[in-house]
Amino acid sequence: MNRVKYASPLLLENEYTLVTEYNVRLYDGDQKTSFEGGQLIITSHRILWGRPGAIETGQTCLALNLSLVVYIEEESPGTFSFSRSRKIILFLSENSNDQSNGPQYTSIYNFIKLSFREGYQHNVVDTLNHVLQQKAWEPKNVQRQVGPPSTSKIPPPIKLRTGIVGIERNLQEKQKKADESISVAFQDLNKLMTMAKDMVKLSQTISTKIKEKQGDITDDDTVKFKSYLLSLGIDDPVTRDSYKSNTQYYRGLAREICTALKEPIEKMGGMMGMTDVFCRVNRARGLELLSPEDTLNACKAMEALDLPLKLYQFNSGVMVLQLRTLDDDTVSDATAQLIKENESVNCEELGQFLGISIVLAKERLLSAEKAGKCCRDDSIEGLRFYPNLFLIDE
Amino acid sequence: MADVEVNWPWQYSFPPFFTLQPHPETRSKQVSAWKTLILEYCKKAKIYTLDVREASQWPLFNNAAINRKLDSSVIISILSELAKNGNAAALDKGRNRWDIYWHTLEEWASIIYSYISDSGLQNTVLTFYEISNGADTESQEFAGMPIEVLIKVLRLLENDQKCELILSNDMQGVKFF
Repeated sequence: MNRVKYASPLLLENEYTLVTEYNVRLYDGDQKTSFEGGQLIITSHRILWGRPGAIETGQTCLALNLSLVVYIEEESPGTFSFSRSRKIILFLSENSNDQSNGPQYTSIYNFIKLSFREGYQHNVVDTLNHVLQQKAWEPKNVQRQVGPPSTSKIPPPIKLRTGIVGIERNLQEKQKKADESISVAFQDLNKLMTMAKDMVKLSQTISTKIKEKQGDITDDDTVKFKSYLLSLGIDDPVTRDSYKSNTQYYRGLAREICTALKEPIEKMGGMMGMTDVFCRVNRARGLELLSPEDTLNACKAMEALDLPLKLYQFNSGVMVLQLRTLDDDTVSDATAQLIKENESVNCEELGQFLGISIVLAKERLLSAEKAGKCCRDDSIEGLRFYPNLFLIDE
Repeated sequence: MADVEVNWPWQYSFPPFFTLQPHPETRSKQVSAWKTLILEYCKKAKIYTLDVREASQWPLFNNAAINRKLDSSVIISILSELAKNGNAAALDKGRNRWDIYWHTLEEWASIIYSYISDSGLQNTVLTFYEISNGADTESQEFAGMPIEVLIKVLRLLENDQKCELILSNDMQGVKFF
């Protein structure tokens, strides 16, 4: 609002009036001002605003030089707004060193709004855009404008805004815009993908550099960073393009998942839920993400490949990736042993002991129960599991 | 019913005892432990009939020390198991009221008949009250047996031609042979 100045409504040299609208209110940014219900005139150089009748009688009015306007935007009315009020946002450039008087010296906003309480008769947006392109205030354009000023007075073609055709046209335009912005967004994504190789290379060089300097670095953060890079990164992710058939692709993928996850699974007690597997593999790949289906298919292929990991499905349908060395008996024995040490456990506690998810802990307890190695106590305090004294003590 | 001296088995203070176990082998051990405990308890407390709705409040099915309680549906299923061995019988369709036979009816029959023959009471007419509440039978195991249960036992003996029930209005009794 500090860009708006007091000025005389008299037209300058080469300035001509384009559009006049009534009942217009000015906003400083998002805030209403006391300048309301006035007359708005758009000229080739300025936007003038005056109290009703002020401009005709030549009294001082508010003026905004169009040279300060960066671009304009029409505020789209809410879907359920039935008022005729339309708003136009004018984004302004920084204030020039203009010392002349204005209604406000400072403003936190870099835009003002024009609110047309009654809507507008003429197509204000198009007119404004047109004027901004013409740049009549710039000296070089003056020459062109001098000749026939009447030609530029012709208002741009008025768009059909009413009726069903108008609505349809509006919708079409919106769709077109959305299409454009989507394709622009995907262009960016493609660029990102092409950049990805370089990024991977960069991370590799960093990790090798850190490896070289291993002796010198003791700083905790560096060690952490190094471990992130080394434990998570997959140097050359297996992609579908490099394989001829799906089976081969899944096999390659299975090998990759095994190398990436063997260590963490060993740390977690030999089992990892499929959701975790999916997340960790994709985090390790960074880009070239896998779909859940591909991950699952790759895990299914592990059994046949004699890999250190295999897919295991609990009776409830929950699937986990577990070490090949693990079988039902050893798992239930280990679970039973834990229960014995703690007298009794519930799913949450077992999950904490083993560092596994509660779902997984529950599955382990249920399978141990199924093997008769523990028994349940289902009370109002929740489900707990005890050593199976019924079978042991007799 | 409350104050009965029972040597509670170890299972009684083991919380999973009060949850029906899904694992078949575990469950059969659990149920058989329950069966033994119920018969033991009823024998000590001289309980011949029970109503599940009431019995679920007894200490038998309610261990206040560990705050566990056997669900009445589980009680019913265990009683049904007992019924298979002739140790219990449901009295109504909803299976809420039960006769508990800590001796099966056959066992009772032979116990009573051996008492009769031991005391030389054959060919004598005895009232039901004399058998279950008489001064002479006070020391016997079947003392305090409800008339309804006693009749069921005697019916068995009648089938074996060892006695004859007299069920006329003015006198209810039995004559042993």
